[in-house]
Parts: sequence; structure tokens; C-alpha cells
Amino acid sequence: MAVDMEKELASIKAMLEERPGPKKKLSMIVFSGDLDKHLASMIIATGAAAMGMEVVMFYTFWGTAALRDPAKKVKGKDLLSKMFGMMLPKGRNKTKLSQMHMAGAGTGMMKYLMTKKNVANLDELFETAGVLGVKIVICEMSMDLMGMKPEEMIDYPHKSIGGVATFLAEAGESSIQLFL
Amino acid sequence: MAEYTTLKTLDYKGLKCPMPIVKISQELPKIAVGEVVEVLTTDPGSLSDFPAWAKTTGNAILETKQESGLIKIYVKRQK
Repeated sequence: MAVDMEKELASIKAMLEERPGPKKKLSMIVFSGDLDKHLASMIIATGAAAMGMEVVMFYTFWGTAALRDPAKKVKGKDLLSKMFGMMLPKGRNKTKLSQMHMAGAGTGMMKYLMTKKNVANLDELFETAGVLGVKIVICEMSMDLMGMKPEEMIDYPHKSIGGVATFLAEAGESSIQLFL
Repeated sequence: MAEYTTLKTLDYKGLKCPMPIVKISQELPKIAVGEVVEVLTTDPGSLSDFPAWAKTTGNAILETKQESGLIKIYVKRQK
């Protein structure tokens, strides 16, 4: 009787462990294009990866421009796409603070302080994220809307292009979902 | 305090959040299960971050020492 009970318990335990549902996983939407918000999203992403979590970052709207590679040039854009391209930050290091930008003085001061206080910058955080296996999904619609092409995006080891269903499928099995 | 010997010292002085836990998560798989490392850090956030990291990853913090701006954390690999 007692043995049966133990077997029963063990099988229930196994079932519980295998059941579908939230995993140790973080899904994040990076919507904003501000420097401070990109820093926050990357700190959370690398921290989560260090905690052993699977991490997926879905870049959409203003967030997308930070993934442009300033060294890459693409041809064949129409006038509106070119205009958007000029107005949006060309890469993560051209993003501005959401507050106290002050025509560049505030953002410059923040970057100076980060260097002085040894706080990791976006270049270091993206590199760390790549090493830790953080996945980046770029929203196809945002890129298309703002005239960005896949060829002008950064080289990143775990990068793909997707849509809302991609995010929802990831978010549905995540224990943490964030929108920045 | 329980008896243990540290295998090596990891110097994370000057590193800010999230780097100390990023580094320990990369270092720990290099040592064997059951071994202990000493982490040196100057980041006060590590005092709460290391226990939180250990709880989530299934490892253990054996001891934490604080001395004049320097924090020593003893981490045991359990998984």
C-alpha cells in the first residue's frame, strides 16, 4: 500500500514537472528608442540570462533603430525611407536620454559618468548578451514601416526577424514578460 | 561558520550591476559541483543580488563578509 502511494506520488511529481506552462524565461518588448531604456532593457536581459533564464528581446517601433549598424550602407531606398533613416538614431550609440538630453549635454554627461563609474555601456551589454545567448527578434513590420532593411542591422549571433505571433508564442511560455 | 576551503578568488572589484552576477554565472560552470569560490566586489547591490542569483540558479552563498568598502562573498557550486 505504502509502496503504491510512493509510486503514485512520483508519477504525479513527474507530471507536474513536465506540464506545459511558464518556463524560466523572460520575454521583453523593447519599444522605446531612448538610451536609458535601452540600457535598462539590456541590464535586465543580461541579468536574467545570468540567472539561468532563457531571454528573448523583441525590438519594435522606436526600439528598432538602435539595432542599425552605422557602418552598413544600403542603397535603393525611397525618399521617405531616406528621411526616416536620417531622423532616427543610426545605431545604439546615437540614442538619447528620455529626460535631460539638453541638446546632447545631458546625454554626454551621462555617458561620461557611466565611464567614470565603470557602468557597462550598450556596446559591452550587447556583447555580453550575445555571449550569454540572449535572443533578439526584430519586428519586420517596424523595419518595413520606417524604411529599414535587414542588411543594415547589426551582426548579432542570436538575431532573427519576426512578427507579433513570434513574440506571443515566446511570451506565452515565459514566466516574466516586460514592455519597455 | 561551516568549514570550507576556497578553490580560487574572483576579483570583481569596480564592476557594477549586472556584471558581477553575469561574471559568476560564467565562472561557476568551470568549477566542480561542491567547490567554493571567493568573490571580491565593491558593488553594494551584490549583497542582495548574489543571494537572489543563488536562489534562482540553485547554488549557495556560504558566507558574506564586509570590510571597509570591500565585500567578500563565498559561493558554492551546487548544480
